Amino acid sequence: MEIQRRRFLAGLGAGTAAIAAGCVRSGADSGAPDVVGETLTLTTTTSTYDTGLLDEIHPDFEARYGVSVDAIAQGTGAALESARNGDSDVVMVHARDLEDEFMRNGYGVNRRDLMFNDFVVVGPETDPAGIEGTSSATAALAAIAEARATFVSRGDNSGTHAKERNLWEGTQVEPGGDWYQETGTGMGEALNIANQQGAYTLSDRGTYLSQRSNLDLTILVQGPIEDGPEALSNPYGVMAVNPAVHGNVNYDLAMAYIGWLTSPDVQDAISDYERNGEQLFFPEALSEDPNFQQYVPEGWRSDSTAE
Amino acid sequence: MPLESLGQPLSAVFDLPFRDGYVWSITYVSLYVSLVAVTLSTLVSIPVAITMAFSEFPGKQFVKSVVNTGMGFPSVVVGLAVLFLVSNQGPLGSMNLVFTREAMIISQFVLATPPITAISLAAITGVGKNVRDAARVLGGTRLDVALVVLKEARYGIATAILAGFGRAISEVGSVLIVGGNITSADGISKTRTLTTAIQLEARQGRYETAMLLGAVLLVLVLVVNAVVVRFSDQGVNW
Repeated sequence: MEIQRRRFLAGLGAGTAAIAAGCVRSGADSGAPDVVGETLTLTTTTSTYDTGLLDEIHPDFEARYGVSVDAIAQGTGAALESARNGDSDVVMVHARDLEDEFMRNGYGVNRRDLMFNDFVVVGPETDPAGIEGTSSATAALAAIAEARATFVSRGDNSGTHAKERNLWEGTQVEPGGDWYQETGTGMGEALNIANQQGAYTLSDRGTYLSQRSNLDLTILVQGPIEDGPEALSNPYGVMAVNPAVHGNVNYDLAMAYIGWLTSPDVQDAISDYERNGEQLFFPEALSEDPNFQQYVPEGWRSDSTAE
Repeated sequence: MPLESLGQPLSAVFDLPFRDGYVWSITYVSLYVSLVAVTLSTLVSIPVAITMAFSEFPGKQFVKSVVNTGMGFPSVVVGLAVLFLVSNQGPLGSMNLVFTREAMIISQFVLATPPITAISLAAITGVGKNVRDAARVLGGTRLDVALVVLKEARYGIATAILAGFGRAISEVGSVLIVGGNITSADGISKTRTLTTAIQLEARQGRYETAMLLGAVLLVLVLVVNAVVVRFSDQGVNW
């Protein structure tokens, strides 16, 4: 009994010393907020998650701050909705219109441009609508509608779906009829469905490249990365959830994450990330020239009133 | 720990795009969430079934039809309802349950309770009235009678629990919504189950790995079934 008590006291002393040492160390390190052991909840799109980018870069953030990141891949619409409900701390998506609405409604703060890639129109090599090499995305879609060639739409309010709807608006064609199929699935599934049916679809380049080995679809209209039309650009942004609206969010850690993501090291890591030997994302956070539009909704000026 | 090595032989044979321990950790989360949910469901369902079988009360048929309807609850709808409940904007928001295993347990509890209650009720009601009468004539108290009936109905109750477990572990709609399908970056599951992992693989067009995970799920359900059936056989002497 005596021995056990002594051992217990020794253990207690060692534990106290360890805790004290921990305090001193974290205090001396940086004076940064003590976030060790906390969890950051990120809602994001299927394209950043399914390409494997986040799993590649997150270990560095987790090690640096001693935290864990819960990445939830939902599609842009759902990711923003989770953030709107205060269920996530930070959101990384790719649909500027929806991001701007989120910012205007006060749910997001401190938006940063993060990276970009582009959209491509893919389809069967036989190309029944004859769109290969078309220099305009809207003309290509109009030709598909004209030929009534099967087109697979995401139909899920994702960033890709939002882009597709914008493009259809530009064609003055209301897509419909049995050639136009809304699948309500993620990009990977939509590509597979298009593949099975020999159909056209709009895909982000990253998901297409990471799945290309399983697909018979080829790129028929290139995006701006390969000198295609600017209308097919696909910029990603990252925003913290506004702590004034949702007091429960981990704002400190969200801002640390945004700062880390937009740091030169991580921007380089994004640039270096490859699948099947191809670069998937191009960093966009750092620029010598001022770019105020990344912090606010597009076209916003301090003297303009919110719509 | 032999189970620890579950991931290795798979990745050695099939060249999976997974890190070590990934398959084991999603299997663990599947089992953990479903077993806890089904245990809680059983603790609620069996007393309810006994009460309903042994007593008459106004509205009994109504309760019965509510339970039977519950067997057909679409899991996605249950997931949405639980998400509404546990979201930071919802009534339980202050408990920080959204995107946790606890939230998944809540939704699977809601899904598993109706089948366990309904099938247990059928099994208990099916025990012959003569068995009940015999127990009572032999001087049994209400509790004795209930125990005799439970013992007679044990196969039916085992079936009920297995049906509830089957519903819980094979379900994807609600756990995806309330759990968020999260793994940490080192490939260890937090809220990813076998079913949501299969959904993720299918989304990425990796149908072979999806099928393989499906096989793991099937083996798991077989093992659990075997254990429960054996348990209810041995239970003759309790």
